[in-house]
Amino acid sequence: MRAIWWKLLAVVLLIYTVVAGLMLEVPRLDIVNETIRNLYFHVPMWFGMISLFGASSWFAIKYLRNPDIKYDIYATQFAHVGFAYGMLGIFTGMLWAQYAWGTWWHGDPKQNGAAITLLLYAAFFILRMSLDNGDQRARLSAIYNVFAFIAMIPLLFVIPRMQDSLHPGSGGNPGFNMYDLDHTMRPVFYPACLGWILLGFWIATLRIRIKLIEEKYDNEKAPFNTGVNIPLDSHVRTK
Amino acid sequence: MADAMRSNGKIYVVLGVVLIVLAGLLGYLFFVDKKVTNLEKKIEDNS
Repeated sequence: MRAIWWKLLAVVLLIYTVVAGLMLEVPRLDIVNETIRNLYFHVPMWFGMISLFGASSWFAIKYLRNPDIKYDIYATQFAHVGFAYGMLGIFTGMLWAQYAWGTWWHGDPKQNGAAITLLLYAAFFILRMSLDNGDQRARLSAIYNVFAFIAMIPLLFVIPRMQDSLHPGSGGNPGFNMYDLDHTMRPVFYPACLGWILLGFWIATLRIRIKLIEEKYDNEKAPFNTGVNIPLDSHVRTK
Repeated sequence: MADAMRSNGKIYVVLGVVLIVLAGLLGYLFFVDKKVTNLEKKIEDNS
């Protein structure tokens, strides 16, 4: 988690995404016009969320097989960042929808599916807050985590695809096929997805590392030795 | 399309703003990363 290379890669990819995303040519479509460039910023939020929730469930399963509390920490922090990405995806999508489709919330299956997914994961956090015991909390939230991920799959991938909608990837067709995504946009879109996903993992690993430090500090109940030995009562004038 | 914004070069202003924001946020992330690394090293040295 301390390795730098994939973080630098994330930085490079994100800078490329912004520069190429704003400067390169995009198809000239009616109504969406330049907002088609949101493809490089809105859609990767969802791929980021899915991979982060996937990592979260992976560690939840690992916890269930081998109850090491560090897996619970990993699973929870990945879920946190995944949730943040999901919220950003919803808000960016709403803004885009308002100007491209005419309403903030279209009632479109993918919008609704995404909102339900976020509610499921919000319930995950509430579940955790309602339990005090570390092991019980870890076990129950791990089970719920896996359930929420499995529920997300039909909500985001199956049901929206089956209905007609303004969202690409609907009415029986998968998204990102050759009719939905112009070949001029793919060279920016795929690196953008990777860049945003790596950024999500970076933030999650930072949260995990901080949480692990906190756990260690709580367990050892000893302040860090900074090398300076000041007696704890040195501020008292009369002894 | 934003052809007017491109022909008068103002698009570079937008690009510049976004890059500054991005650089600031990523720089902050690097800073936090380094701080956490230092804390971890401190713990390792003490144990």
